[in-house]
Amino acid sequence: MNAFVVGPDHFLVAALALFALGLLVTVTRRNAIGVLMGIELMLNGVNVALVTLDRSLAAPALEGQVFALFVITVAAAEAVVGLALILAVYRSRVSIAVDELNELSG
Amino acid sequence: MDNWIYSLSFYGIALCALAGACGVLFLRNLFHAGLSLILTLFSVAGLFVLLGAEFLAGVQVLIYVGAIAILILFAVMLTQRLTAKRVRVFNRAFLPALAAAGLFAAAGIWLLFRGEPRPWERAVGGGDAIPLLADALLSKHILPFEVVSLLLLGALIGAIVVARKEETK
Repeated sequence: MNAFVVGPDHFLVAALALFALGLLVTVTRRNAIGVLMGIELMLNGVNVALVTLDRSLAAPALEGQVFALFVITVAAAEAVVGLALILAVYRSRVSIAVDELNELSG
Repeated sequence: MDNWIYSLSFYGIALCALAGACGVLFLRNLFHAGLSLILTLFSVAGLFVLLGAEFLAGVQVLIYVGAIAILILFAVMLTQRLTAKRVRVFNRAFLPALAAAGLFAAAGIWLLFRGEPRPWERAVGGGDAIPLLADALLSKHILPFEVVSLLLLGALIGAIVVARKEETK
C-alpha cells in the first residue's frame, strides 16, 4: 500500500482543496456573481466529502448520498434566489460589487 | 492493472477540478470564470462516478451543469458591462483571506492524518446503490423530501417576485 493508490483519503483531500478554494473565492471576489460561484465550489467540496464517507464506511449507509442530494437541491434554490436578488440590485444600482453595497453600515 | 487505471483517472479528474477552481479564483473575466466553474462541476461528476455514486453524477450534471451554471452565465451576461474597463477583481482582504483559507486547509490535513483510528478505512466503492437510494429517499427521508419540494416552490415564486420589473401604475 503506497501513497499513490487512491483511497478515501485522496478524495477527502481533493474535497478539502475544493472547499478552501471556494472559501477564498467567496471572501475575495468583488463581483456578487463571483461570490455565488465560490459558494457553489464550497458546496461541491462538501458533496465530494459526503459521498466519499458514504461509500467507504465500514457499515454501508446511504445517508451521505441522501444528504448530497438535498445539498444539490438546496443549492439550486439558493442560486435561483441569489441571482434574482443580484439582478434586482443591478437594476436599481447598476453596480454589483459587494463592497460598494454598504448602505446598512452606518 | 485495474487499480492503476483507477488511480490515474482519479488524479486526472481531481487535477481538472482544482484547475477549474483556480480559474474561478483568478480569471479576470467573470464569463471565463463561469466556464471554468463548469469544468469543475463536470470533474466533480467524474469524482462521483469514481466513488460509485452514478446517480449523483447524473444529478450533478443535470442540475449543476445544466441549470445552475447556465443560470450563472445568463446572470453574468445580463449584468456585465465591465469587460472593457479594468475593474478590480479582488477586494482588499486577499492576503488575510489567503492566510485564513490556508489555515483551514492545514487544519483539515492535520485532522485527516494525525493518526487517530478512523471509521472509513475500507476502500472506496461498492455495488449498485440506486434502488437502495430510492428506498431511503421515499421511506426514511420522506419528510425532508417533501419539505424540499415546498422549498423549491417557494424559491421559484420568490425569484419571480424579486426579479420582476416594477410595474408603473
